[in-house]
Amino acid sequence: MKITTMPDILHFEFMRNALFAAILSSVACGIIGTYVVVRKIGFISGGIAHTAFGGIGLGYYLGVNPLVGIIPFSLAAALGIGLLTRKAKIAEDTAIGAFWAAGMSIGVILIGLTPGYAPNLFSYLFGNILTVPSSDLMLILMLDLMIVLMVWLFSKEFLAISFDEEYARISGLKTVALDMLMLCLIALTVVIMVRVVGIVMVIALLTIPAAVARSFSRTLHGMMALAIVFSIVFSIAGLWLSWVFDVASGATIILVASFVFLVTALMKARGIRLAR
Amino acid sequence: MSDPVIFCDQLCVELGGMKVLQGLSLSVHEGDFLAVLGPNGGGKTTLLRVFLGLQKPTSGTVTVFGVPPGFASSRIGYVPQRLYFDREFPISALEVVMMGRLSRRKLLQRYGKIDREKAAEVLEITGLTGLRNRRIGALSGGELQRVLIARALASEPELLLLDEPTASVDPDMKSTIYDLLDRLREQHTIVLVTHDTGTIARHVSRIACLNCTLEMHEKGSTLGRKTLDSLYRYPVDVVEHLEADGGKPDEDHDHA
Repeated sequence: MKITTMPDILHFEFMRNALFAAILSSVACGIIGTYVVVRKIGFISGGIAHTAFGGIGLGYYLGVNPLVGIIPFSLAAALGIGLLTRKAKIAEDTAIGAFWAAGMSIGVILIGLTPGYAPNLFSYLFGNILTVPSSDLMLILMLDLMIVLMVWLFSKEFLAISFDEEYARISGLKTVALDMLMLCLIALTVVIMVRVVGIVMVIALLTIPAAVARSFSRTLHGMMALAIVFSIVFSIAGLWLSWVFDVASGATIILVASFVFLVTALMKARGIRLAR
Repeated sequence: MSDPVIFCDQLCVELGGMKVLQGLSLSVHEGDFLAVLGPNGGGKTTLLRVFLGLQKPTSGTVTVFGVPPGFASSRIGYVPQRLYFDREFPISALEVVMMGRLSRRKLLQRYGKIDREKAAEVLEITGLTGLRNRRIGALSGGELQRVLIARALASEPELLLLDEPTASVDPDMKSTIYDLLDRLREQHTIVLVTHDTGTIARHVSRIACLNCTLEMHEKGSTLGRKTLDSLYRYPVDVVEHLEADGGKPDEDHDHA
């Protein structure tokens, strides 16, 4: 076990990048995770994330950055699942399951077709925040800005469809289009999170910080801000613990988050009021 | 007489192969306060959903403010029966009321001073000013109901559609809500779906009994409170009676 304090390890560039990645990804997953939690669409988000594995395969096959390959796949999953359930009246869990498995299958086949060994495949599945290159940080930053801008522009519409979709519809809002936009933002958040925790565990960071934040918040914006803070705390605590114990960073971040979630859930179950 | 606010002619609605509304003809005029009575499953909520454009008619015509339902959203205020919302949702009473301003704002347009003033005004009217920052899940049934009425009023509607606004409140709050409606009827056309046969006759101008088909009762007709109570208590008898002469375009005036 290495006894090291946080400022010491920040001398390493990969550690600084890891810290930036943790903060930038927390912004996206705090904001979007809040919608995921209040609208109870965590399972769709999981489906989008796993479908994105096809994009990783595509990236390897074409020899481009897998993160770039994920973008079309996760967007297609968001729109595909969203439109199939709303327009073709297919049960949501069926559509999610189909996309989930199909996306992963495409990924497996494309990686199989790629000559040679697929390096870092494990890190896309389970994340490795310690290997985020600076170029990916730029991509993450751009996606972050896009998400913040969209949520700022559509804040009253997103609040309306989240709280009372029927009323939003009779107020003249194009609720299906807004819904698709929100699913696309979830898809972009998945792209960001892949570097940090990997596609398998995206769903945890998308839901846990917001779920914990909800116990302490009275407004949606307050919940978002708090979810960002929790996400940053989980990521950095997990990163530090993984360094100290020399274990996988993504998994450690998830375990820290899960532990805090469990504690707050137990407190709630015992009737301890957290809000107000 | 001016053009009707709501006009239905031979309206039929089927849900999953079941006739919910059949051959329904109805005109609601400006200034009317219409109560729609009827047993559960009689199609009351469906009728409101048709007016709102949420439910498409199987056959027949419907216009609201002279246009098909769903195209006059900014002129209608809707108070749903029970909001199936998540009580843990982090939203304040004020934010719910602000939703009423959605139909007055374009996409991407942010709420402004006018919206906040209007919200403050309707919170005052509904007696909720002190509760405006309360989280929605922390409100009582009656307070929540008034929030939903305030939200409908915030859109500055000409027509108010209310679906059992007194269903889940205590008698005291019930009379508060009716007093509020008495004040609102001066400036609004109101359609109220309710089970309150006892109190309703004193407040409304017209009563419709709905159980798949519809029968109108105008003020001053033979329909007293006693008749109304018995009509409501034995809805099956009403249905039989209704079906005997249901579907006549002018049944509005049959009961004078």
